Parts: sequence; C-alpha cells; structure tokens
Amino acid sequence: MNTSLSWIKAYVPDLQATPQEYTDAMTLSGSKVEGYQCLDNDLSNIIIGQIHKIEKHPDADKLVVCQVNIGKDAPIQIVTGAPNIKEGDKVPVVLDGGCVAGSHDGKMTPGGIKIKKGKLRGIESNGMLCSIEELGSSRDMYPEAPESGIYIFAEDVEVGESAIHALGLDDVVFEYEITSNRVDCFGVLGIAREAAATFGKEFRPPVVTPTGNEENVNDYIKVTVEDPNLCPRYCARVVKNIKIGPSPQWMQRRLASQGIRPINNIVDITNYVMEEYGQPMHAYDLSTIAGNEIVVRRAKKEEKFVTLDGQERTMDDTVLMICDGEKAVGIAGIMGGENSMITDDVTTMLFEAACFDGTNIRLSSKKVGLRTDASGKFEKGLDPNNALEAMNRACQLVEELGVGEVVGGVVDVYGKKKEGRSVPFDAVKINRLLGTNIAKETMLGYFKKLDLGFDEETSQVLVPSWRQDLLCMADLAEEVARFYGYDNIPTTLPTGEATTGTLPFKLRVEAIAREIAEFCGFSQGMSYSFESPKVFDKLLLPQDSALRKAVTISNPLGEDFSIMRTISLNGMLTSLSTNYNRRNKNVRLYELGNIYLPKQLPLAELPEERMQFTLGMYGEGDFYTMKGVVEEFLEKVGLLGKVIYDPKAGKPFLHPGRQADIYYGDSLLGYLGELHPQAADHYSIKDRVYVAVLDMPEVTKLATFGRKYQGIAKYPAVSRDLSMVMPKHILAGEVEKVFDENGGKYLENYQLFDVYEGSQIKAGFKSLAYSITFRAKDKTLEEADISGAMEKILKALEGMGIELRS
Amino acid sequence: MKEKLEQIKAKAIREIENSDGLGKLNEVRVAFLGKKGELTAVLKSMKEVLPEERPLVGQLVNETRASIEALIESTKAKMEAAERELKLKEEVIDVTLPAKKIQVGHSHPNTIALEEVERIFIGMGYEVVEGPEVEYDYYNFEALNIPANHPARDEQDSFYINDKIVLRTQTSPVQVRVMEQGKLPIRMIAPGRVFRSDEVDATHSPSFHQIEGLVIDKNITFADLKGTLAEFARQLFGEDTKVKFRPHHFPFTEPSAEVDVSCFKCGGTGCRFCKGSGWIEILGCGMVHPHVLEMSGINPEEYTGFAFGVGLERIALLKYEIDDMRLLYENDLRFLRQF
Repeated sequence: MNTSLSWIKAYVPDLQATPQEYTDAMTLSGSKVEGYQCLDNDLSNIIIGQIHKIEKHPDADKLVVCQVNIGKDAPIQIVTGAPNIKEGDKVPVVLDGGCVAGSHDGKMTPGGIKIKKGKLRGIESNGMLCSIEELGSSRDMYPEAPESGIYIFAEDVEVGESAIHALGLDDVVFEYEITSNRVDCFGVLGIAREAAATFGKEFRPPVVTPTGNEENVNDYIKVTVEDPNLCPRYCARVVKNIKIGPSPQWMQRRLASQGIRPINNIVDITNYVMEEYGQPMHAYDLSTIAGNEIVVRRAKKEEKFVTLDGQERTMDDTVLMICDGEKAVGIAGIMGGENSMITDDVTTMLFEAACFDGTNIRLSSKKVGLRTDASGKFEKGLDPNNALEAMNRACQLVEELGVGEVVGGVVDVYGKKKEGRSVPFDAVKINRLLGTNIAKETMLGYFKKLDLGFDEETSQVLVPSWRQDLLCMADLAEEVARFYGYDNIPTTLPTGEATTGTLPFKLRVEAIAREIAEFCGFSQGMSYSFESPKVFDKLLLPQDSALRKAVTISNPLGEDFSIMRTISLNGMLTSLSTNYNRRNKNVRLYELGNIYLPKQLPLAELPEERMQFTLGMYGEGDFYTMKGVVEEFLEKVGLLGKVIYDPKAGKPFLHPGRQADIYYGDSLLGYLGELHPQAADHYSIKDRVYVAVLDMPEVTKLATFGRKYQGIAKYPAVSRDLSMVMPKHILAGEVEKVFDENGGKYLENYQLFDVYEGSQIKAGFKSLAYSITFRAKDKTLEEADISGAMEKILKALEGMGIELRS
Repeated sequence: MKEKLEQIKAKAIREIENSDGLGKLNEVRVAFLGKKGELTAVLKSMKEVLPEERPLVGQLVNETRASIEALIESTKAKMEAAERELKLKEEVIDVTLPAKKIQVGHSHPNTIALEEVERIFIGMGYEVVEGPEVEYDYYNFEALNIPANHPARDEQDSFYINDKIVLRTQTSPVQVRVMEQGKLPIRMIAPGRVFRSDEVDATHSPSFHQIEGLVIDKNITFADLKGTLAEFARQLFGEDTKVKFRPHHFPFTEPSAEVDVSCFKCGGTGCRFCKGSGWIEILGCGMVHPHVLEMSGINPEEYTGFAFGVGLERIALLKYEIDDMRLLYENDLRFLRQF
C-alpha cells in the first residue's frame, strides 16, 4: 500500500510533518512505513518558462536557440535539440545550477544531474528545457507528455512558477506494510484516519453528495445474486451519455502516486475510488449486457472465459462469475470480460461495487491463475457497508468531472446487513494486561479519535463494521497501547513462581556429539530436510528398499525438494562433494538432523522423526579414524562397555568389504564404512569417503552422565603376549570375543599390537599379536592365578583353527 | 703425616681444577676417595701411627677428605651448570615456525547463535523444549488462531503433506503442545527447523530455524514482555543495545509487536548495515491471544502470557555479518572454519 503525502493531507488538512517525522510516528502507531520517496529528490531550480523566440543554431543543424521568458525582465537564451517545441509553448526550464533526475531516455541518475550554463557549439546556453523523463517520471504517469521531446504545459500555468509544483512532483510517496487484519487501511481514507489519530488532527473525509437524475436505475438493470454467501452485497448504478476523455490532472497525479497509470476518466474514477475507499469497482458497457440483467452465480465446471486482457481462462464450479442474461461478463472480484469492457465508443455503462467472500476470491484467484489489484483487495474480506459509499463517491466524481449523466437510484442487493460490534471495555483489565496505569478517560479519548463509539451504560466500545479486527478486550488493549505509545509502557521482568532453566537430556547428548565431533576435527554442516527421490538411486538403494518409502510434499519447490529424507547421507555427501569440487583438502563434516520415517503411507499420523548424528570425511584418515570418533563419542556419553561391529551391515551405498553395523549389546546404534566407489562417483568425489551414522534416539536411550570412580590399580598387572596365525576370514573381533569370554575375573584389557599379512606367513593366513593384561584389585597376581584363564583362551583359539606363532 | 695429607690435598685440588669434565672429575674422586684411593690408603695406614696421635691424625684425614669432597661437589655443580647452559644454547628453536595444531572442527554459526540464545533464556529460568517438524495443521495453524482459509496461511506459504499434515511454518506449534500439557506456570523456549516455500536466494531459504519463547503465569504483562526482550537484546547484542517495540499483527498474539534493536554496528546513528535507519528488526512478539489460551485449556481470566519468535538465521547473519544465506547450507569448510 502506498499513499502520497498530498493525498493524505487532502483529508487531514492540518497535518504538518516532515517525511521522516511522518514515517516514525505512523510506524509507532501501527501503520508501518517501509520507506518513502520524495518525488523531487533530485530536482531543483526548475521553473515554468515560455518560449519567446526560436532561431536556428548557426553551426548545428539539429540544434535551435531559444529565448525563454522565465518571468523576469529579460528572457534567457537556451540551446536545445528538442524537435517538438514552438514559440509560445510553456515548458519546464532548469536554470543554471539546478538539477534534473535523469536523461531524456528515461535513465535515472541517483543524486541527479547538475545543469550548468555553457556553450553549445559556440552559442551560450543558460539552462535546459526538460522532458518528463528528465524530471524523473514517464509518459505512463503523464500521458499528455509527448513521445519524445520537451514536456509542454497547459496554457493556464503561470510563467516563473515552480515547474516541480505544477507537475505535482513536490510530493512524497510513502510505502506501508499493512497487516492483514487492517483491511480498512488498504484505502487512502483508512490511512488518513490513522494519520489524523496519530497526529491528533481533524479527519475530514470527502462528503459524498446525492447524485442521479430523475430516471430509475431499475428500468435499466436487474440484479440477481444466486449465491449470497459468496456475494454478500452487490450495488449497481448506471451512467449514460458518457464522454470519454482524460481525467483531470489532480486525479492523474494521485493515481500516479499510487503507481497507477492514468487511462481515461472512467477507468481513472474506478481506480481512484478503489484507492480512496479500498473498494474495487468495475464498469461494464451496458450495451453488451444481454437482457439488461446481472446474475451472480458460480461458474460451471470447465467453463471458459476470456478476460479483458484477452486471455482465455478456465473456471471450476467454485469460481464466482458475473453474468448477464446469456453469458458471463466477468470473473467476480478478479477481472472483467473482454466481451463487456468499456471502449471509447461506450455511451451507457454499468458501475459495479460489490462485496465478495475474501477466501473464495483468494482461492479463485489461485485457481484461475490471475491476481489483480481488485482481487488483492477483495481477498482480504472487505466491509460490505463500504460498497455503497464507494459507489456513490464514484457517481459523485462522474458528475463533478462531467463524464456523463448518472441515472437515479441504486440497485442494492444486500441480504443480511453486516452490523458493527459491541466489545466490553474494562480499563482495569487493560491496564493489568499492559502493565500500565492509564486513565480510563485517556483510553476513551483514543477510541474517539478512531471513530469508535462508547456506550457509557454498558461500558462497551461500539466498533463500526470496517474495523473487522476489534473483537475482544485484548484488541482494545492494543488500540490503547499503540496510541499511548509502546515506548511509554514500562519495562519490567515477570514476577511469580520461580522456574528452573533446563536443557533436556536429549539435547545434552547432542551437545556432546558436537563437542566430540569438533574435537576430532569435524565441522558442523546443515542440509535440507527435503530432497529429491533420485537420492535413492544415487545411494544405490534397491527398488524394494524400505528407505524409499518417504513422506512426500504435495506442493514442493520442485522434484529436488519433494520428499522428506529417510536417510541422512545425501546431505552429507552433497556437502562433501561441494567441498571436493572447490578443492578443499582433508574435509571432515558432521551434521545433526532429523530423518522422517512414515509409519504408513499415505501418511495418517505424524512420521517418526529420528535425529541422526552423521559424520563424513575424505582426505587424511581411514575407516579406523572414523571408528575412533564413534567410540570417543559413545564413551563420552557413558556407553563404556564393548561396542560390537558387524561387517554384515548390508548397506548398498558402502564398500562391501569396509562397512559395519554398530551394536551396543543388542541395540543397533548405526553404521559406518567407506563409501561405495560407485556412490562416490555419483557425488563426483574421486577420493575415499568415510561415513558414520549414529541413530541418536537409540544412543540417548543408553546414554548416561552418571560415573562411578573405580579406584586406581594398586597392584601390578601381569601381561601375556599372544602372537597368532589364523585364516584371513577370522576377524579380530572374534578373537577378542574369545578373550572376553574366557579371560576370567582378572582380565583387565587386551591390546592389539601387530597385524601382519605377507610372505612370512602362508597364503590365506594372517597374524595378529595381542598383549593381554590381567590384574587383581586386592593382590599381586601370580602365575597360578592366570594360568587357568590362559589355558581356556588357548584352547578356544585352537578350536577356531588359530595357531600360536612361536 | 700432616705434611703428607697436605700434599695429597694439594694434589687433589690441582687435579680437580684440571678436570675437563664430569668423567674426569669422577676419576679424580676415585683416585683420592675411592677404596683404593690415596686418602683411603692413608686411613689404612693408621695402624702405623702412634695410638696417642691417632685421634689427631684421624681428624686431619677427615678434614682433608671433607675439603676434597666439597671441592669435588662444587666443581661438579659448576660443570653441570655449564653443561646445561651449553645444551640449552644448542637447543634454541625458531619460535616463529608454524604451529602444529590439532585440527579441531567448528560449530555452525546457527548453532553458536542458538547456544547463546539458549544460555540467556536458561539463565532466566526457561526450559528448552522441542516439537515435531512435520506437524499437524491443527497445531501449526488452527490452535494458533489461524483457521482454515485465514489469509495468514498464504503469508506463510506452507509445504503440505496432505490436508491435515504440514511442514511446520513456525516453532509456535510447540507453544500449543506445551500449553496443552497444562503444567503451569510455563517458561520455555523452543528452537527448531521450520519450512516455508520460498525459493532459495541471498535472503531466503525454504528451510530455516526459529526460536519460540512462551511465558504463561498469573499477572504476566506487556511490560514484562518488553523487559524480558530488552534484557535478551542487551545480553545478545551488547549492554548499550536499545530496543524499540512497534505495533504489529500476529493472529495468535494481541497486542502484538515487532521489535527492533539499535544497530550494533553504528550504535543507532545510521549506516549501510541498518540501511541508514539506526534500527534492525529482530523478532515478533505479543501477549498470547485469549482465544489461543482457551483453545489450549488455559483460563484467560486467570492466566496471561507472552510469546515471541526469533529467526535464528537472522541473528546469525546479523551477528557474524554474513551477507548471503545460501552460505549457511553449502557447508563449505572455508566458511565454517571462520566460526
């Protein structure tokens, strides 16, 4: 929403404020001014001059030398190349030292272009004649300006006066952010009312006087509304003997300040009233309306209709249409039809000011794929009581501007009249909510400024129908607060029962994950929750994989963002790929983000959201580096027991020989491994990539921050080194299991210190060497204490086909 | 005998002084004080001394021994000191050579900003709460006073799964979930991921983060809201930060406000950063709408409360002067390393 300052001042004549003061005050009272533009920002020293004499330039074919009367004794000499001037023309003249906003081709120069006197091909020139483009505007807004050349004023302007003022460029246009609840402020009058209340000045809206001749509009048109829910009110009036022409300058200037291009008097009046009252209007050529009747009905399924922009559009049966006795003539509230539009030949027209259901217009506008100034206003849900007022205002302008003869009476189809409301008022409660001590009379004063009534007896505020936002006491409290000034409300801290600030356990575990990851050199990434279904192919998931059953977004930004991820790897791999392609070396990233697992499809209840701790890296480090990070984390969150790695993880996106599921007891915590080279190819990473994914809900279930001090060993340990030769397929984990199961109560730990495969050992075999440590808490161990355990271990190893190496 | 001892002593002193290292010094010690050393030999020959002279001679021998020992010790100390001095000189390094760092990782700027916000509110007694990112339409809209077809639904272009389930467009539904539990008073913040169908550009992302705040108790006022957020802004942006509350509209609060903080770059005088206004918009807030309280089973006649919602990315972008939101989701290590 935009308004010019001059238009606001038309209704608040006593308003005195600089643009900045206006901006600040309006913003603080709730009509947020996003910014403003002084139309004459880059214009200075430009007056109206009259061309007294034009002579050829002696040395240039395309230049002429003008003597220009500028209201002073002697005319000044200006050289120009403009083709369109003649002696006697009144034109804008920028004098020596003045400033224009742009060049004649319409290109703007921020800060303006300074004009100095000088010589053009040897002839002195003391200024410049200006085109409308040089004045910072365009023919769109000043249709009377020539296609190229100097702007020429009407004859009645005063020579020597400010050209900026004469063109209405000494104005400021404010841009507002109006919130959706303040439908009334989508019209200039609404803003002006707020401005008057904000500055404590009188609000003087236009006085709408009765219009119309002796005839009766009912003899011209009949209106039937078939669906009063979608069209609560429909007002129609008729204007005959129309004389199409340009609208007056003042109207053109005001429309231009809203960014609306002046067209002709009728279109301009409808646009003017739409801006002024916030009520869109439409004009039909009555001669095209068959049967002299208007029927407001829903469209038929697949009904086709050509709007006045020449486009054919397809309706469905929820779209409301304006029809005549035979055919549709407009899409209600959105756009009129080509078949009934006003042309220069119009003699009699039908004015429409209606109120349509906002939601329906919004949905229809989406369905039809057409959003207009009118639909933008209707979809907010307009006040039906405003429609007739706007209609009569338009007819008043028709008469004032001499556009035509208004037929007497109005067709007003208005079912259930929308009334204002009474809202209970209690100054004590309002003060209690705001934390203020504002006098009741002060509050009532604010209401009065806003044209809200008050019933002393019932202590109720009487809210007119155009204030659709005032429904309860809290709404009244806001009215009080914004005129009392949010700034003036005290600042206190909540009192009452003390509460303890806490971070839930889940988030504490996540914080440890971050801490460990970062300590191990991983930086935190964040990726989107939605991705492309193609991800499943990139990750080599089979067609029947459960992970392909994803929650689908019905209106995604595109296929690439259409499903909620069921696996966290794609975001990680995409980020690693980005880094790889940008030649970042040794990249380690982690992410904490949810995956979304539907319990059934189509979704009937919310999917399960599982936080995944995902680590990924390339460059320095290998599988065991990643494994180390996993174990550091698990230890830190209290999973101090043995973590089991099962190589039969079966992840198609991981290297078949370098992957493992991670178990803690029976709980599957996640997996880790090297990325399958084919998957790495899909992400254009030509390096080995290692990933680990931990399912945080499962980890959190087992995590604990409780610790018990175990005592530092007082007695010496006894170690036995075992060097073993075994078939390659036997895993270190299986050997360790033997130690765990047979080591007895004194087994403290074991440490792998050598792995060997090669020429010293027979083919198909490998050697592992472990140092096994035994210790007792209460005594120094002797050979006899551990010989039993060692025997059991050796026997079990032997049973697996493992030989001791001598 | 006495002369002999003097001779031994003089010889020992000479040899000690001539020692050119700890090894040599030890040889001297052995030569004089060892089992077969010269002084030991004297002791052994005590039987040749007259009994009445023995105490005197014994004393002399011991004195000689003590003085030799003392000299050896002090010489040894000197030599060791000299040797250490020499070693230290040899070990001089170039301290300006590059450091050997453990390459620690870095937190995402969003996380750093979030932790700061959490710290502030936990300090004020707020609980951190989470809620689902895929949410029922009821919690995301209806229970927040945004019924079907309310224009606010368009303002927050939502991603829908079906007509009952959406990707939450705000963290406000967590408010409702907490209020429904009926445990009062409430002081909570709810950080989390939210989604709106905005195309990706320098200032928009279809996925971003918010932090919702909610306080419900008896006698909570708009003044309390102002005080709380002023304190928050001071802690987050600096002690001199000023806040400005502007009227605004949210369906689930009334009265509602948007909050600006004085530009922490220029201090409020106006700069490129705050687009010359001296103020930067950081959040929306208001008193919880009585209808929202009612829908969640809280009696608005008895309880009042306030709520606020902060954009986490907005805080992060402002605080760290990041000029393009896309950087937050590219995860380029050269970006992440700066935090």
